[in-house]
Amino acid sequence: MRFSRVLRVGAVVAATSLALAACGGGNGGGGGDEGGNESLVQRAESGRLTVGIKIDQPGLGLQTPDGGYEGFDVDVAKYIAKELGVEEGDIEFKETPSAQRENAIEKGDVDFIVASYSITDERKQKVDFAGPYFLAHQDLLVRADDNSIKGAEDLNGKKLCSVKGSTSAQNVKEDFAKDADLQEYAGYSECLTGLESGAVDALTTDDTILAGYAAQNPGKFKLVGANLSDENYGVGLKKGDTEGREAINNAIKKMQDSGEWKKSAEKWFGPSGYQVGEPPAIEQ
Amino acid sequence: MFDFLSEYDVLGAFWLTVQLTFFSAIGALIWGTILAGMRVSPVPLMRGFATAYINLMRNTPLTLIILACSLGLNQTLGMTLAGQNFEQQNYRLAILGFIAYTATFVCESIRSGINTVPVGQAEAARALGLGFTQVLGIVVLPQAFRSVIGPLTSVLIALTKNTTIASTIGVAEASLLMSEMIENESDKIFLVFAIFALGFVILTLPTGLILGWVAKKAAVKR
Amino acid sequence: MSAPSVLYDAPGPKAKARNVGYTIAFLAVLAAVLWWVLATMGEKGQLDWDKWSPFFTDARVWTTFILPGLQNTLIAAALSIVIALPIGALFGILRLSDHVFVRWPAATIVEFFRAVPVLILMFFANEFYFNFTDVDSEQRPLYAVVTGLVLYNGSVLAEVVRAGILSLPRGQTEAAQALGLRKTQTMTNVLLPQAVTAMLPAIVSQIVVIVKDTALGGAALGFAELLSRTRPISNNYGANTIATLVIVAVVYIVVNFIITSIASWLEQWSRQRKKGAGAVVPVTAVDDQATGPAV
Repeated sequence: MRFSRVLRVGAVVAATSLALAACGGGNGGGGGDEGGNESLVQRAESGRLTVGIKIDQPGLGLQTPDGGYEGFDVDVAKYIAKELGVEEGDIEFKETPSAQRENAIEKGDVDFIVASYSITDERKQKVDFAGPYFLAHQDLLVRADDNSIKGAEDLNGKKLCSVKGSTSAQNVKEDFAKDADLQEYAGYSECLTGLESGAVDALTTDDTILAGYAAQNPGKFKLVGANLSDENYGVGLKKGDTEGREAINNAIKKMQDSGEWKKSAEKWFGPSGYQVGEPPAIEQ
Repeated sequence: MFDFLSEYDVLGAFWLTVQLTFFSAIGALIWGTILAGMRVSPVPLMRGFATAYINLMRNTPLTLIILACSLGLNQTLGMTLAGQNFEQQNYRLAILGFIAYTATFVCESIRSGINTVPVGQAEAARALGLGFTQVLGIVVLPQAFRSVIGPLTSVLIALTKNTTIASTIGVAEASLLMSEMIENESDKIFLVFAIFALGFVILTLPTGLILGWVAKKAAVKR
Repeated sequence: MSAPSVLYDAPGPKAKARNVGYTIAFLAVLAAVLWWVLATMGEKGQLDWDKWSPFFTDARVWTTFILPGLQNTLIAAALSIVIALPIGALFGILRLSDHVFVRWPAATIVEFFRAVPVLILMFFANEFYFNFTDVDSEQRPLYAVVTGLVLYNGSVLAEVVRAGILSLPRGQTEAAQALGLRKTQTMTNVLLPQAVTAMLPAIVSQIVVIVKDTALGGAALGFAELLSRTRPISNNYGANTIATLVIVAVVYIVVNFIITSIASWLEQWSRQRKKGAGAVVPVTAVDDQATGPAV
């Protein structure tokens, strides 16, 4: 099975390479749109679900050394799946990097996505959202002994770190601190090296992600609580699947009412001193 | 069809690629020559150091070297290379990384060039009483250089393409702009690709042709 | 070179003393640099045992992250070389064709893909698969990485093949022609088999280049190769990016060192086997071309 997959990759690549080489890049065929239009609820009846998560964010969705996944998003995903009648062991978790989330849903690679996925109007053109299940804010992470940064305005003349192509850093530079010196890497963990050694002064992104890092490195970092934006995390699913959205909304509601929501949020974000507020009202 | 191009500074990005290549090439030539000198020097420790350095650098992906320049030298060891902000620092760190990596290839080319110089040349120089540095600097290297212009040209062309890796630490050269354009103009990817591919062909092809001609002119006829 | 080298005389007592002086001075400089690096790292907490201990005490770092990453790296590299070889051989031979209308297009294609950075080829391949095929998202990075590497290394190998065939003595072709062999027969029965043995070391050392280049796929496309595994590791073990990079670098160096050793062993072996009968494309010569690949 594995071998045949490798062979298939080989065949496709060889064919494409030849085609590209032969015409210096011609036009390819149209992409297929597979995956039927059945609702999430019907697919859950088969007993298996594929869920898109992040695998590199402590506290939200992180691949552990055991090969499993843990975090608040993962808890939410498991709860929703359970409500849809799917056992924990029958969930297939799949990494969905930020740039590929809409596409993964449209192509049917995943059934739904719980991956620090903010609800925006632009995204709603392509996918539907259930929730929100959490209200996050853009915030700053600084060294635990650094008291000079109390808000984004204090970043002028300071060194700020973020990831490439993220809107968080642009927000800060445009709206709060024009003279912040910005370093961009491919991932947040690279920023932590500089933050720890003092080469950068702050790391900016959603407070949920920052809380995860702070909890993982006890005593080293702290959140500023700058509250630079509101990010409503939603569960992404295929556009037009009203039945699936209702089902997810009910599951989220039940998770919030049962206290599971609070328990999970406190578990993952609490250790950093993060104040878990009330769950947001479901609006979608 | 080409309207969208005015939104992007394609020429500026390629200019940065050219600058990266230029300074890295000069640095790599100097450091590579020194390494080659060490590799043939009478001091065993220097020979050992040069050999170890070359083996380590050559077997490490350039992406990792560039990343290490930023995370290791800059973020941990606090080396800023006199850059005022991250933009300047990353640019200089990238050049440092390219020099460290490319010099190993320059060194190996020069070493094979030294081997093409007839033994009699060095022997004659020694008979005149010249020391190691004099034999190498006055007699052997000048002749060796003439025969390695060809190999060094391929190293230079490779370096030109390697500068795309500077995008890993956020240097705004051509490939970083290309990935941004591909994301924003997903309906024109063939056009975007054609533009950047052409840009690199324009940069590397004349280099190859001109230096190939120089190499022929400079070659020692034996 | 004769003992010890043609570049300097056998050292007398004075020169020996001087060399000892140089050695001590050089050692001092190296030690100073090393001390500064380690001291600064220690000061910044990068030498703390808890940043390094996972690699020595927790086998799961290796089984969950590093080894699967290495596996992906090697799969991509193996696929690339296996696919690039026939393509390279084909274009290498086409470039030697007697017909201008075959030679020129082949030359143009080879030169084009040699001139374009691998990173850009990978970006493009990724978008190509994304927009025009339904390769599923998990496999796409692998496809894109392999495509980029094949296009580039195929053209480099085309040059290696061409150089290998051209390095054969003219008498081989002439003898084949005298026997009445056709051009294709000359190529497949006489020239290519001999050229392949001559090129073997060059091809193996090209693998080193390919292994290193897979790292581009991690940084640019999120392909789960070895270098890209540094992030999940440092996310699990408390921001130990520096320690992880060092360990990963060691893995790369060991793997590539093994491949390089095979290359030089092959070179010696084919040299001995043929005792001057044919030429060998030396590893160093290809490494020079291979800098190209070294993108």
